[in-house]
Amino acid sequence: MPTNILMPALSPTMEQGKLAKWLKKEGDKIKSGDILAEIETDKATMEVEAVDEGVLAKILIADGTENVAVNTPIAIIANEGEDVGAASSSQASAPAPKAAVVEVPAELAAPAVVAVSQAPASPEIPEGTQMVTMTVREALRDAMAEEMRRDGDVFVIGEEVAEYQGAYKVTQGLLQEFGARRVIDTPITEHGFAGLGVGAAFAGLKPIIEFMTFNFSMQAIDHIVNSAAKTLYMSGGQMGSPVVFRGPNGAAARVGAQHSQDFAAWYSSVPGLKVVSPYTAADAKGLLKAAIRDPNPIVFLENEILYGQTFDVPVMDDFIVPIGKARVHREGKDVTFVTWSIGMTYAIKAAAELEKEGIDVEILDLRTIRPMDTDAIIRSVMKTGRCVTIEEGYPQSGVGAEIVARIMERAFDYLDAPVIRITGKDVPMPYAANLEKLALPNVGEVVAAAKAVLYRS
Amino acid sequence: MAATRTSARSAGAVKAGAKPAVKAAAKPARGGPNGLQFTPEQELEAYKMMLLIRRFEEKSGQMYGMGLIGGFCHLYIGQEAVVVGMQMSAKQGDAVITGYRDHGHMLACGMDPKGVMAELTGRRGGLSKGKGGSMHMFSKEKHFYGGHGIVGAQVSLGTGLAFANAYRGNDNVSMTYFGDGAANQGQVYESFNMAQLWKLPVVYIIENNRYAMGTSVSRASAQQDFSKRGLSFNIPGEQVDGMDVRAVKAAAEHAIRWCRDGNGPYILEMQTYRYRGHSMSDPAKYRTKEEVQRVRDENDPIEQVRSRILKGKMATEDDLKQIDAGVRAIVAEAAEFATNDPEPDASELWTDILV
Repeated sequence: MPTNILMPALSPTMEQGKLAKWLKKEGDKIKSGDILAEIETDKATMEVEAVDEGVLAKILIADGTENVAVNTPIAIIANEGEDVGAASSSQASAPAPKAAVVEVPAELAAPAVVAVSQAPASPEIPEGTQMVTMTVREALRDAMAEEMRRDGDVFVIGEEVAEYQGAYKVTQGLLQEFGARRVIDTPITEHGFAGLGVGAAFAGLKPIIEFMTFNFSMQAIDHIVNSAAKTLYMSGGQMGSPVVFRGPNGAAARVGAQHSQDFAAWYSSVPGLKVVSPYTAADAKGLLKAAIRDPNPIVFLENEILYGQTFDVPVMDDFIVPIGKARVHREGKDVTFVTWSIGMTYAIKAAAELEKEGIDVEILDLRTIRPMDTDAIIRSVMKTGRCVTIEEGYPQSGVGAEIVARIMERAFDYLDAPVIRITGKDVPMPYAANLEKLALPNVGEVVAAAKAVLYRS
Repeated sequence: MAATRTSARSAGAVKAGAKPAVKAAAKPARGGPNGLQFTPEQELEAYKMMLLIRRFEEKSGQMYGMGLIGGFCHLYIGQEAVVVGMQMSAKQGDAVITGYRDHGHMLACGMDPKGVMAELTGRRGGLSKGKGGSMHMFSKEKHFYGGHGIVGAQVSLGTGLAFANAYRGNDNVSMTYFGDGAANQGQVYESFNMAQLWKLPVVYIIENNRYAMGTSVSRASAQQDFSKRGLSFNIPGEQVDGMDVRAVKAAAEHAIRWCRDGNGPYILEMQTYRYRGHSMSDPAKYRTKEEVQRVRDENDPIEQVRSRILKGKMATEDDLKQIDAGVRAIVAEAAEFATNDPEPDASELWTDILV
């Protein structure tokens, strides 16, 4: 019976990719282990390897096709002389992928374009500025490259940042431009290289310390909190730590409890740190540049799922977004959503649904968790009288809890309903797809919370 | 030059990868044809600085007893030869970083005793404006990078100071001090690995005073020869008589030269002893009074220098009395300042959190 070859997923978060090249043609004999094709995502180029024997009966997706969804049948393998009609007609019920993938050395693959709704421009962007579309990943890379060109004391250090081009390809091309002196691969040694970076910052250098994910920063948290955040104070203002700790934060997809945690609340409780967490590519670029120039230690929380999303980024010589300023993403009069980073995706979708029911949502993208732009929150809540906070982190002592407390302290009399927090559930992240979905916030919960604070059913 | 000769031999051993140069050098060969001898000037310099640290720490102990110093206070009495011998070999721009037993290091780096003492009493004239305390003082000017309270943290940080020197291409080294207790922390080995991998100019000075708080080395360390702790990273190391300031200086010369020449890190295990408890609140029941007394009587670092000075007629009893009086005056002035200086202004609570 003919077998479908399906578009494989190359990473937990991959949804689509480019079918770059077929290495076999229709009619070729195939045996297990043959390389059939190359596929590309914004992170890597991979080879699709055959696991069945037979003849490549039909190629369903041509060379160079972009945005091929994971699990789409891309070819049919049949036994010799077999009719392939049966396979093509049974595509819809295709079983699990029959192709294994083998990683090949990364090439500078063109980023896949994933469309998302465009954010209104930041107030930092002058009207009439030319815009270019890029992914969050590219924006972060450009921010580092620009600051490294500008200041020889800036360097990048972390696991796989140099030769591998970044575990998530955020540092792609930096080694080629700046060399091994300034783009430094470390051993797997988070505690050690975080401390080394902070020590270099004491001596006046400006390290960008990449954690492959912030989950691993727990190994290094002593240096982030005790060494980086407190030294300026303990030295009576003599010695600071101009260091940026950056990397993906929070849940990716299906990576289990130890790799799926949001650290916004943790780090934002520490005086001496600034905590930044952008949503758009423009903010990612402008805020990372600001963070690198900032003389204080910065925890810069990115999100793996957002890396591949595209946004407009202004074409400006030196585009800086100030740390500590929230951005009104969408103006509205009925209810305020306060969120940031991946939380924005729930807020935007929920606002679109609520709009259909005549509910006008204002979305505030915090962008910085510490120092928090409390004025912006209060301004919005005074206008709408209702508020929902959205985050993927745990509920207890979460950022939402902090926002609620600040609203109560400063705008209690303006509230027409108690604030509702939408958060990740109070459980370690489960692996099973259905349970993971339940553990994270969802658009339905946000919509329901908005209606609840509006007393609408 | 002895240092160069030893470097070359050790370098060969490291490069061959077969047998790291741990304890490769025979100690008596150190210091050139005169062995471990100091000039009279060096003896007197070492004597004065060690005495300053001793008297300063005795005064700190007294002031702690009077309630003028709060919290933790870890005295360096007994270990003076280590930092003094090391710093005698340092040059301008070499970085120093250590743990919480740091008063002696600051004095040896040339930081103002008044500022150190006023920090101990938590006053506005303290080196950290009273906001750091005994364990947290810094001086950019003197390249002293703290003063760290988390055991072992200074080892990664000190490796980072060396990284900065390597990055900038200067020939300064990082003198990273830690104890036999810290030597069991994981990040020490993470740092060793990176330092050797990248040939960072860092001298790791392990001050083995035989007790990590109340736990003796024999109860805490599977490998009690700390000079061997870098063995699996091919970092050369040696054990040094940390009670003899001349041996310390000779070892320091060699280790620092090794680092300046771009050979990577070097480990010095300083065999030393603290006379007082781990901190002021430690009654030190884990060792006998006799053990402490024996070290004081037979091996005191300051007495050793004093007796050589007198025997060698480098100075008279009266000269030494004068030195002692001068040191006491410095310490008295520091204590006076630290007692009368006002506490920080309440507004200081909210400053220096961010730049």
